[in-house]
Amino acid sequence: MKELKIIPIKNGTVIDHITAGYAVKVLRVLKIPESTSSVVSVAMNVSGKMGKKDIVKVENRELDPHELDKIALIAPKATINIIREYEVVKKHKVELPNEVVGIAKCSNPTCISNAREPVKSRFQIVSKDPLRIKCYYCDREPEDIAEGII
Amino acid sequence: MKMNFKNRDIVSIKDFSKTDITAILNYAKHMIPYAKGEKQIDILKKYILSSLFFEPSTRTRLSFESAMNRLGGRVIGFADPSATSQKKGESLADTIRMADAYSDIIVIRHPQEGAARLAAEFAEVPIINAGDGAGQHPTQCLLDLFTILTEKKRIEKNHIVLLGDLKYGRTVHSLAYALSLFGAELTFVSPESLKMPKEVINECKEFGVEPNSTVNLDKAIIDADVLYVTRIQKERFPDAEEYNRVVGTYKVDNELLKQAKKDLIIMHPLPRVTEIDPEVDATHHALYFKQAFNGIPIRMALLSLVLEGRKL
Repeated sequence: MKELKIIPIKNGTVIDHITAGYAVKVLRVLKIPESTSSVVSVAMNVSGKMGKKDIVKVENRELDPHELDKIALIAPKATINIIREYEVVKKHKVELPNEVVGIAKCSNPTCISNAREPVKSRFQIVSKDPLRIKCYYCDREPEDIAEGII
Repeated sequence: MKMNFKNRDIVSIKDFSKTDITAILNYAKHMIPYAKGEKQIDILKKYILSSLFFEPSTRTRLSFESAMNRLGGRVIGFADPSATSQKKGESLADTIRMADAYSDIIVIRHPQEGAARLAAEFAEVPIINAGDGAGQHPTQCLLDLFTILTEKKRIEKNHIVLLGDLKYGRTVHSLAYALSLFGAELTFVSPESLKMPKEVINECKEFGVEPNSTVNLDKAIIDADVLYVTRIQKERFPDAEEYNRVVGTYKVDNELLKQAKKDLIIMHPLPRVTEIDPEVDATHHALYFKQAFNGIPIRMALLSLVLEGRKL
């Protein structure tokens, strides 16, 4: 019998093709475990067709588009599978917009977007692979994008 | 090709193409006799400029105000934020909305990076960035390019040495970018701890320029056409110890200049402290005071282009 590394889930979301090593950051972005009381399984360094990847399975929770944008910032190749009754009912490839607003905080403490001003943080995508973003206001490129996720 | 600068915000040198920059520099040449007061003009007499300086400045503020006055316009504003509502906790966005209602163009200097970009979002009238913290200072960059162009007749193919604090100095980052855009040959000379950031070097490379980096000024100066000196800025250092370690590393004096080309020009955004010996001022190499004057024709050109389009 084939041994399953992670068992299938009945209802919920499977985030596949996360860049190897980034599963923990994805969990942080999704505020897991604080945001759910259901079972969450994580597999890291799983061998796939495209090399090693991480997988996160969140039971009983279907991710909304705003959350997808956040994941795209740290795992731009991820796919999101919505599972109902063990079947994949929806499959999305996360897609990076050209600009992300209100998702990550600028890493520059003296950036005006971190001051008490009526604006949301705003980043432009410099390159998708490797992922590089820069602050619309101060031009600073954060070294660790996941660190700044709000 | 006719450039359209009317109502354009001037926030970063990166917002401009090489053609845009060339058009501004060429227009600025026409402004020189007016900047010197040899000829009079009042093309901006119906306009009011808000000069909002949230951080101290001598040259930039005075030259903007002089430029506006030379074109017949008027200036309102402040040079000390402690006398404004900012002190009472007003947001920058609200101060900008107010200046937007009171004037036709806003010049802003602010200690926080991105402040001018934010101002441009809240103002209908054009914004000119006069320096935002360690960020951009596009009019300084333009006047530097203007100085090289007027002295050397071209920007490309000159060997330009940038010296001093290349890590924190905002002028050298924009300048390295713009000089690369024009295809100048670049050498970066700095103490090991104040080297040009990697991102800036990568930008130069994107334009096909491969800058040399060294700590050795003696060698770099031998075939330099332009030596651009910067002050090691105490206020940008996170700790005093790092500052004390590097201050005074380089000094440009007549002894050093014996090795230089006869037509080397020395530039400095000023204020200088000890990095250029005053004995150099009397030599034909010293261009920094003329460079400071060039702030007037450049800013006159920008104000005129942004408010009225080309008039001369």
